[in-house]
This record gives sequence, C-alpha cells and structure tokens, in this order.
Amino acid sequence: MKKIAVIVSAICMLAAPFASFAANPAQDLKDFKGYFTDRFPDVPLQDFTNGVYAVDKASREQWEAFEEFPPYEIAVDKGEDLFNTPFKNGKTYASCFPNAEKGMVQNYPYFDKKRNEVITVELAINNCRKNNGEKPLKYKKGKMAHLSAYLSYQSRGAKGNVKIVDSPESMQWYEQGKKHFYAKRGQLNMSCADCHYYNAGNKIRADILSPALGHTSHFPVYRNKWAGMGTLHRRYGGCNKQVRAKPFKAQSKEYRALEYFHTYMSNGLTLNGPGVRK
Amino acid sequence: MNNKRRSFMKSSAAAGAFGVAVGAGLIAPRAVLAAWPKAAFEATEVNAAVQGSFGSSAMTDSSDITLKAPEIAENGAVVPITVTSKIPNTEAISLLISENPTPLTATFNLGSNAEGFVSTRVKMSKTSDVVAVVKSGGKLFSTKLTVKVTIGGCGG
Amino acid sequence: MAKSIKVRAKVKGGVTVVKTLISHAMETGMRKNKKTGKNFPAHFIQEITCSHNGTNVLTADWGTAISKNPYLSFKFSGAKAGDTLKVSWVDNKGESDSAEAKIK
Repeated sequence: MKKIAVIVSAICMLAAPFASFAANPAQDLKDFKGYFTDRFPDVPLQDFTNGVYAVDKASREQWEAFEEFPPYEIAVDKGEDLFNTPFKNGKTYASCFPNAEKGMVQNYPYFDKKRNEVITVELAINNCRKNNGEKPLKYKKGKMAHLSAYLSYQSRGAKGNVKIVDSPESMQWYEQGKKHFYAKRGQLNMSCADCHYYNAGNKIRADILSPALGHTSHFPVYRNKWAGMGTLHRRYGGCNKQVRAKPFKAQSKEYRALEYFHTYMSNGLTLNGPGVRK
Repeated sequence: MNNKRRSFMKSSAAAGAFGVAVGAGLIAPRAVLAAWPKAAFEATEVNAAVQGSFGSSAMTDSSDITLKAPEIAENGAVVPITVTSKIPNTEAISLLISENPTPLTATFNLGSNAEGFVSTRVKMSKTSDVVAVVKSGGKLFSTKLTVKVTIGGCGG
Repeated sequence: MAKSIKVRAKVKGGVTVVKTLISHAMETGMRKNKKTGKNFPAHFIQEITCSHNGTNVLTADWGTAISKNPYLSFKFSGAKAGDTLKVSWVDNKGESDSAEAKIK
C-alpha cells in the first residue's frame, strides 16, 4: 500500500514541475490550499497553522498542555529586551522596523527591487545591525531567534501577506523556491513535497508528517528536541540533514527562495508565531 | 505552621543525623529550607526512593489519585504530567519514573491551603511507568500509568 | 520582576490557580559535550518555594528529571485578587532567584 503510494507520488512529482512551466503563483496558491483541504476535509483552513496538531488528536493534547505556559515566552521576553536595547550609536531596532509592535512579519519575505533579492526577517535584522555599526548575529538560534520570536509574537493574528511582485526577477526567486520544494535531494532522495505534500498526515517511523500548508506561520519555533528556539532556516537545514543532503547555509539564496515560495503558500492564513513543537 | 509540618515529615523519614537535626530545627533557615533528600533522589529503584522520601515504601493503590499523562510521549525530554488527588489531607505528592536511572523526579509538599493538584513536565529516558505517590495522615497511596517513549528524552 | 521566573496567578471561586515557567538549564550531568568529550556538569533546581502573604503554600524538592525550562502549576485557597504570590528557587550550585506576582 505504501509502495504504491510512493510510486504514484513519484509520477505525480514528475508531472508537477512541467505543469508549472509558466508559473502562476496565485493559481499555485489556490491549488495548494485545495489539495490540503481535500486531503483533510475535517480540518478548518485556519487550523492548518497548527501543523501536526491539526491532524493528530493525541499529540494535540500534549501540545495544548505546553501552550498552557509555552516555553517560547522566555524567548519572546528576551527578544523584546534586545529589540529595545539601543545600539552603540543610540538608535534602536525600531528605527529600522517602525511597524514591529503593530505587526510586520506578515509581509515577509519580500522582494527588494533595489537590492534585487528576497529579504527575510532575519536578513533584515542583520541589515539593520550593519547599518547601525553592529556585528551581525548568527542566523539559526540564540539572539537572532529571540528577536525573531518577539517580532513574530507581535505579528500574531495578522494574515500572511507575502507579495510576489510581477517582475521577472521576483518570479525567478519564486520559481527557484518552488523547484526546491518539489526537487528530490540527499541520499534518501526525497523532496520537501514527498513528506509534507504527498505524505502529509502519514507516519514516518514514529513521527507524523505535517502538512506544508500553514508550515511557516508559527516560526521561529521552540522545538523540544532543541530545548530552545530556532529559525526557519535552522529547521530547513535539519530537514535537509534528515534526508542525508548537505544543508545550505542559513539565509543562503537557496533557502531564501524556498522561504519565499513556502511562506507564500500560506498566504491568507493567520500568523500564530512563535510556536512550540516536538 | 507549614514549616512545622515540613520538619515533622523530614524527621519521620530520616534514618540518620540529618533528619534528627532538621526535626529539632537545628539547621538554620538559609537559602534552602531543608536539606535536599540526596539519598532518595539517588535511589535507583522506586521502592528505595519512596522509602528514602517518606520512611516507608508501603503504598496502597488508590483510585482517588488521577494521573494524566500522554499514552505516547511526543518527546521524552518534555512529558506533561498532571496529578490530582482526592484523598483528604493530601500532604505531599511524589512523582517517580520507574525506568529513569534515578526514579524520584519530584516531591511536592502541600501547605494546608494547597489542593491536591500539581502539573509539571518531566524527562523520561524510555518507555516507563509514571508513579504518583500521595502522603496523607502517615499513610502512602499510589497509582501509576505507562507512558511510551519512542525516543529517549535525556538530551540531543 | 526576576528574569528567570514567569508567574501567572488567577483566583476564581476562592481557588487560585498558579502557573509558572522558569528559565533554567536543568542539566542532568549525564549529557555529553561533543566538543570536549566530558559531560556537562549537573545544574538543576533542587528546591522550589511558593508563598502567599508570607506563608508557604507549596514547597518542592526537584531532581534532574524535571524538564529544561520547567513548568509548574498548582492550586490553593484562601487568597483574593490583589494578594501577592512569591515563587523562588535554589539550585545545586547555590544559585537562586525569586519573583512576585499579583493574583488576578
């Protein structure tokens, strides 16, 4: 039964990139949402932002126990302190992110025309530091994750609003990200889609695979496995390692393109970061 | 009032000088209220740990203690556990994890106004019984649940 | 407010429900540092004290099997909104912290 599913999914996978030759992000988004709502008819659209817990009752109960007093609150507090601590030149992060308190994460990542690249929250944080004479932070955990947790928390409740600008440059990033999502990699020769699209809700050893719809809404994430916070690119690296593929660097072009596509696929869903996961 | 209750418990459990000293109030209050029960926490078997904590390992099974824990822990490093005791005059609730290298996880000493209820998150190294022990009126009651752990929770 | 302890206490129908989240490594002493080959030394909270208006409501002895960034919830009666709840801890290194919160 599983073998058949793998073969069928392999055939589907071959079909997917060719069908998307003339990429139409809005249509992709519609199809993406439609696929998951069909696959999980009992899950309300907005609940997909809870990942595995939207599709598995037993683990949902444990997650709800954690949400009674979630461990990421410690990181949010640290992030808030960092955000409000002035740089050596006297300015604060607020000068780069005037909308931080109201909520800004829903607009990330975005394609910056002038810089001709996709900007993520973490990249923007380091750009802000650079412009104010501060050293960059590492991208996967620690202070960067705390700052990101604070910004994410302030943006809770906003609906994902990534814009794919209709320009060849921006579309190139989108298409690269989409290709990455569906491309096989690593010694285990698996794509993001193999687990999180074609096998969402199925088990891989003792884990249940989360649906890709709603994936990015709760980042950065406190993973019990890490016993700490981590950014989206930290998780990308971990996932790549899990299929025995060499991970790309955090904030590399590859991961930013993937994030661009990946986050766009959850547009319209309500942000609920930061999150706690296993 | 609560300090007295605590000293009484310690001296009744004690085998040695330490217990006697605490009971007599000879150990002055400092940052730690009373000596941390090292022997109990280092015991490698449930019964020895209970003996070390309460001076006896004679426990009566009780359905008046409700243990809430997941059937399969998502991550052994963080397993949510809730104990509710309907036994009147619950003075202490102890949590033990039988397959952990040292089973005694925590002992909660309840003041006279505290309800028989505690909730916390624990580490389990593998599939194991989680045991809740309640002390009331010089007697010990217990209940247990098996929690499955697919990956050990002590690190990594 | 102390940095390591977050407390939320709500009273309803005469019963106060307290939830607390503490930032602490709760290191067991059995975890290996891959870089040095030696174990991270044990560093864990040994004692918790929770008091209301100066009287101990709950005290606890903890071992290394309480999870990192520990959570604790308990209930007690006899308090009203506006009263103060204090939570403190001492660890095996002799370090300590405490925090107070108003019962809502």
